[in-house]
Amino acid sequence: MKNKLYSKLIFTVFISISALVLSCSDDFVELSPEYSIDSENYFNSSVDYNNALIASYDLLQSTYVNVILGEIASNNTLCGGESATDVVGWQQVDDMIHTPVNSNLRDVWNWMFAGVQRCNYFMEFKDNIDFDGREIMIGEVRFLRAYYHFELVKWFGAIPLKIDERYKLGDETSIPRSPVSDVYAQIEADLLLAIEVLPTIASQTGRVTKGAAQALLGKAYLFQDKFAESAAIFEQLITDDNYSLVTDYNTIFEAEGENGVESVFEVQYTDVEGAAFECLQCSEGNVAVGFSGVRGYVGDLYTSGFSFNVPTQDVVDEFEIGDNRKDVAILDIEAWAAETGAEFTTGFEHTGFFNRKYIPRKRSEDAEGDLNLTNPNNYRSIRYADVLLMAAEANNRGGVSDAKAQEYLSEVRRRAFGDTNHDITLTGAALTDAIYHERRVELVGEGHHFFDLVRTERAAGEIDGFVEGKHELFPIPLEEIQFANGNWEQNPNY
Amino acid sequence: MKKTVLFLFLTFFCMTMFAQKNAVTGVVSSGEDGTPIPFASVVVKGTTIGTSTDFDGNYSIEVDEDDILVFSMIGFSSREFKVGTQEVINVLLVTDNMGLDEVVVVGYGTQKKRDVTGAVSIVDSKTIEALKPVKVEQALQGTMAGVIVTSASGAPGSGLDIRIRGISTNGDASPVAIIDGYQGDLGTLNPDDIETITVLKDAQAAIYGTVGANGIILITTKTGRKNTPAQISFNSSIGIQETTRKLPVLNATEYGVLLNEAYAANGEALPFINIANLGKGTNWQDELFERAPVLNNTINVNGGSDKIVYSLSASDLDQKGIVGKDKSGYKRNTARINLGADLSDKFTMKSSVIYTYIKRKSINENGLGSVLFNALNMPSTMPVYDSNGDYFLAPTSLGIEIINPLAQIADTYNDYNLKKLNGNFSLDYEYSKHLKATARIGFNTTNSEYKSFSKIVDYGGKVFDKTRSSVNQNAENFNDYTFDAFVTYDNTFNEKHHVTATLGTTVFKEWGNHLDATGYDIPNNSWDFADIGLANGVSDSKSVDSWTYDQRRLSYFTRLQYDYEGKYLLSAMMRRDASTKFGPEESVAYFPSATVGWVISDEGFMSGIEGIDFIKIRASYGLLGSDKIDSYKYISQLDGEATYVFDGALAPGTAIGANPNPTVKWEESEQFDVGVDFKLLNNKIDINADYFIKKTNDLLIGNIPVSGILGVAAPGAAGPTVNAGTVRNKGFEFAVGYRGNITEDLRFKVNYNFTTLTNEVLEVNNGSGFIEGGNFGVGQPAPSRMEVGKAIGYFYGYKTDGIFQNQAEVDAHPSQTALGADASPGDIRYVDINGDGKLTSDDRTNLGDPIPDVTMGLNISLNYKGFDFVAYAYASIGNEMVRNYERSNSNVNRLSTNLNRWTGFGTSNSVPRLTTAATANTIFSDYYVEDASFLRIQNIQMGYTLPKSITEKLKISKLRFYGSVANLYTFTDYTGFDPAASTGDPIGGGIDYGFYPAARTFTFGLNVKF
Repeated sequence: MKNKLYSKLIFTVFISISALVLSCSDDFVELSPEYSIDSENYFNSSVDYNNALIASYDLLQSTYVNVILGEIASNNTLCGGESATDVVGWQQVDDMIHTPVNSNLRDVWNWMFAGVQRCNYFMEFKDNIDFDGREIMIGEVRFLRAYYHFELVKWFGAIPLKIDERYKLGDETSIPRSPVSDVYAQIEADLLLAIEVLPTIASQTGRVTKGAAQALLGKAYLFQDKFAESAAIFEQLITDDNYSLVTDYNTIFEAEGENGVESVFEVQYTDVEGAAFECLQCSEGNVAVGFSGVRGYVGDLYTSGFSFNVPTQDVVDEFEIGDNRKDVAILDIEAWAAETGAEFTTGFEHTGFFNRKYIPRKRSEDAEGDLNLTNPNNYRSIRYADVLLMAAEANNRGGVSDAKAQEYLSEVRRRAFGDTNHDITLTGAALTDAIYHERRVELVGEGHHFFDLVRTERAAGEIDGFVEGKHELFPIPLEEIQFANGNWEQNPNY
Repeated sequence: MKKTVLFLFLTFFCMTMFAQKNAVTGVVSSGEDGTPIPFASVVVKGTTIGTSTDFDGNYSIEVDEDDILVFSMIGFSSREFKVGTQEVINVLLVTDNMGLDEVVVVGYGTQKKRDVTGAVSIVDSKTIEALKPVKVEQALQGTMAGVIVTSASGAPGSGLDIRIRGISTNGDASPVAIIDGYQGDLGTLNPDDIETITVLKDAQAAIYGTVGANGIILITTKTGRKNTPAQISFNSSIGIQETTRKLPVLNATEYGVLLNEAYAANGEALPFINIANLGKGTNWQDELFERAPVLNNTINVNGGSDKIVYSLSASDLDQKGIVGKDKSGYKRNTARINLGADLSDKFTMKSSVIYTYIKRKSINENGLGSVLFNALNMPSTMPVYDSNGDYFLAPTSLGIEIINPLAQIADTYNDYNLKKLNGNFSLDYEYSKHLKATARIGFNTTNSEYKSFSKIVDYGGKVFDKTRSSVNQNAENFNDYTFDAFVTYDNTFNEKHHVTATLGTTVFKEWGNHLDATGYDIPNNSWDFADIGLANGVSDSKSVDSWTYDQRRLSYFTRLQYDYEGKYLLSAMMRRDASTKFGPEESVAYFPSATVGWVISDEGFMSGIEGIDFIKIRASYGLLGSDKIDSYKYISQLDGEATYVFDGALAPGTAIGANPNPTVKWEESEQFDVGVDFKLLNNKIDINADYFIKKTNDLLIGNIPVSGILGVAAPGAAGPTVNAGTVRNKGFEFAVGYRGNITEDLRFKVNYNFTTLTNEVLEVNNGSGFIEGGNFGVGQPAPSRMEVGKAIGYFYGYKTDGIFQNQAEVDAHPSQTALGADASPGDIRYVDINGDGKLTSDDRTNLGDPIPDVTMGLNISLNYKGFDFVAYAYASIGNEMVRNYERSNSNVNRLSTNLNRWTGFGTSNSVPRLTTAATANTIFSDYYVEDASFLRIQNIQMGYTLPKSITEKLKISKLRFYGSVANLYTFTDYTGFDPAASTGDPIGGGIDYGFYPAARTFTFGLNVKF
């Protein structure tokens, strides 16, 4: 009997120990992640704000594709590459046979919205705490959001809009595409607020300035044919006198010319961090540069690349005799090879020309691979020359002042030709054409021409295969149409 | 050796001896053929007094007249004899009901096979011995109905995927392995250490609730047997591996001709002016594939006294790769100790500890730019070495990913090693005959190190070029434990009502960390100096990283089993689980299940029916769960990437990583099974048949593709993990075994099984109604989909309708321009599926799926005197595979099928023309989808055991020599390396990037037992 009691006792002890060891309670499964920051409990210091701001800047680097693909879409360049099937999505855009199935156009959509999302994350918590410099940071984010929205409206037209709040799952089936005018209204609103708070000179090179916001606003007005507003804001920017043309056009696109006096807004790149094809948007380098390089190049000054984005004879012929910009913008590889003994191979659609502004230069010792993806060339997004030409166009087309238009246009031409003999005295429509011509040669290879042709309704006459009423906009990616499940209509005629 | 081992245990544990009176001796033999049975147990009933028979079946024991002797042996029915005055008791044991009394592990307990009411498959050590797998998973292929094993690579040491009853989740669809009661890893086990592998395929696995949704694999490792002398066995084998396949590609002359044709078709200058002297050129696959050795040695010691059982083993496996030899080599050492002891008449303990050391090197595999991909795409006109004796550099005209594969192997340097200790400790307390309590803890602790060196190398403008040398090193530490405590009550009332009740709890915790760093500028650009310690270069970007994790699960479970005279069987289970994988609102879930069985053959009306020995009908239904997703998917964490450049230097920022899903919850698997087990004709025939429906609700999918507006394409961001839909697998499993004798000496066994599988997606809870996955070519839309009404991961692309023979045919057909290029004669004609008069992305359709309709296995074994022979075959029917190892570049080498290309009217209606111009021939269509059905002779083994007369002289108990061939031959129409390979991805599986093929292995080995 005693023995049995003893056994019972042991058994009870055994079970209770087990129970204790377990501490049988759901506390065991309630834990928070270690060494991790919850995104909803962030924004507690100015450093937090700055870190989130950097994240908003980050996606600017992915706009390399907007630049190179915008150029390929125009009549300035052919797609090129290794063969007719090398980066099929670009080839199709070049030939104006692109469809909603195009992973490269989808990149534009995805990456620009990723930028918008990061800006909205910052804005969602913008009032969490107050500190010195917060308003400037908010201004920077507003500019960036406007920049991403502007890219989206240029490429895709009407887009879904969500402001100061992140998109969440399900928004794709409930938020409609806002009309183009609403998107521009948002861009204008963001930029007007940004202009109020941004400094003339940024605390760090690469940060947004008041001038950049003014220039982007003027550009956004111009794209809507709001000429008076455009001329007015450009006038402010010009009279503020914080920017000027670099004397030697050639130095602008070299490393030493980065962030110079002419640079109103510049996307920053570096080659100190490696990159791979799996995540091109992760590269800290300018991916477009390697893609534009001369295939199999061995020789002075430059390094090799993938021979995409090759200028056409048509754009080369657009340069007038005596225009100093031609040899800066266009590399005639045959002539260069003959002169320097450089070697190269030819790719698809070889024209003999390369986009010299953005082909790879000789690299530093510290450059990280894949070298084709990490070229450090900054993208001069808004140059003062561009500002002058946009101001000229707004003044001329808006009937504000042809005299001012002539003045700004001639300022750009004086640098190009090194004299005043090439000043323009035309007026009216003839002046408009002269401005268009000047924009093309001044800004060739910088990703603007296609959108200039579209907004001035000249694309159908200039670009082979361009169908009016269709190709002004690129198609919404097929995947997005599918996700939206009927919420978003495809752009016309796709 | 034997003595040392015994001494060791004897010093640790004290034995109680009792005084005896009379000696009884005798021989125990088999009732079937009269041969003596060694190691049979002879025990005095109701005591722990006992002995076992020697090699010749002899025993001797001292007993009282009143004692009852119990004679037993696994595989035979026990017999009891009253001693009385007899001095010699000779016993014939008859084989039991073909395993019906065998004990089956069913999770938190065991059951006799006859009482099992769930769908269970078992593979024992005999099968493992016959198959001689390098990895445990391979032993399941073809030996079990309803179990499919695939591998994404034949490289030594690469992982295998097991799928039980189809693919039901897009998350982690692999079953959970429970080793001696604790959650473990099949991949690192030595197959020779395994006694049985039991697979729970249906709702019976619900006792494992949370982890049971994809099935449970229960592993029992070898233990010693009571009262048996130490038995030492040694197995050694040496094998030679070779590739099972080389793909037919163009030789140099053929390549020259076809390339000229392609250039001419686009009006370009011919690349080869003179093709007469091109010859055959380089056969890159011959250069790459080598014969490689595999060596395997294991030693095992088993034995036991009447209180202690032990089993010790050690093994050494060294396998080189058939590609890259050492550079894809694998080495595994294991050591194991398994110990059981009756501590008192109430307490028993069991413990098992395994130490594993793995060393592995690997080459670039299975993708664009992988070694095999390069071997297939390098033109045969190019030499391996240039005139200086250096590796020939592939020109950039081949694209930036294709380099000389031999140079690639030579420049590959990496090293991975893993040290693992896993084991368990278990204590049973028998409170009374009816009540038992068990507490046990199992653990895994793993440390691994990895180093890879990337040297400065210039392939001439390729993605693999490195201008700066670096070494990346990482160290990882993974730990987990499983603690179980449960009580079992077992009683029979009125000799008819048998009840077993189990109540318990399980605690599972896993935690670990990772640390990695990269050093730059390696001295001498050499692997010999590749260590962070010597690398003095720094980087402007962050070159160190770390992460940690801690995940837990807490479960309570109960099970009630009832049977009436062993005839009507019933069990019910309930489990409550809480997991850290889900938010506080969703962390807890309940998983009930029930099974029933009816042994019809025990009914009175069945008695006297000739030929039927046993019939059981059983059914099960239950809910099971899965939480196999990454940690913390319910909250949004700042683990994205955000770097920009300010003042010319990198400026690190902070960004959101994966999109969160606060309401993510348990995946739930609803399983129904009805089955029948037969034993016929004096147990010669054994039949199991099952019909199952397995429906997975709220299936969990990680990084689900979602709209770009959510910012998921940002650096370091990812889609959310969501409960995305419902998938149903239905099927029929049938297994039949027959064993018999042709003559007295010639015995044979045949086992055949087949499984049918129908997979259908019933629901997809996102806006688009489908989820995409996989990759095809470069920049093309995803080729695989999960969509309502279709099999999960089906291929979605264009249907072809032959080749355009002339311009008139092109003109008569809707324009194909929107597919990428205008069509010309010789191009593929695509079908206008929706009949809208134009070809667009809307014309894509179902092109098949990678899920086999039927799989089957056939195993034959023969024994004649000392000879033994086994053959295993496996077939998979109705699975499609996508050919995705051809680079769409004009200048690369091509498959020989291109010799039959279209060259003019009527020349071909299946293979398109060759041209360097843009065509739509490379878009994803059924031209690239092939039937990958196959029949594989998996293993053939022939052995010879020396007669006892000889082995006795050699003082050994058994000596067997054998020769075997693994992967002898595969019958298939599939043109790629390996029709059986798959990445195992539910959406995106069955796409072939140039799989490293499984090797054919010729092995010679010997088994010795002392």
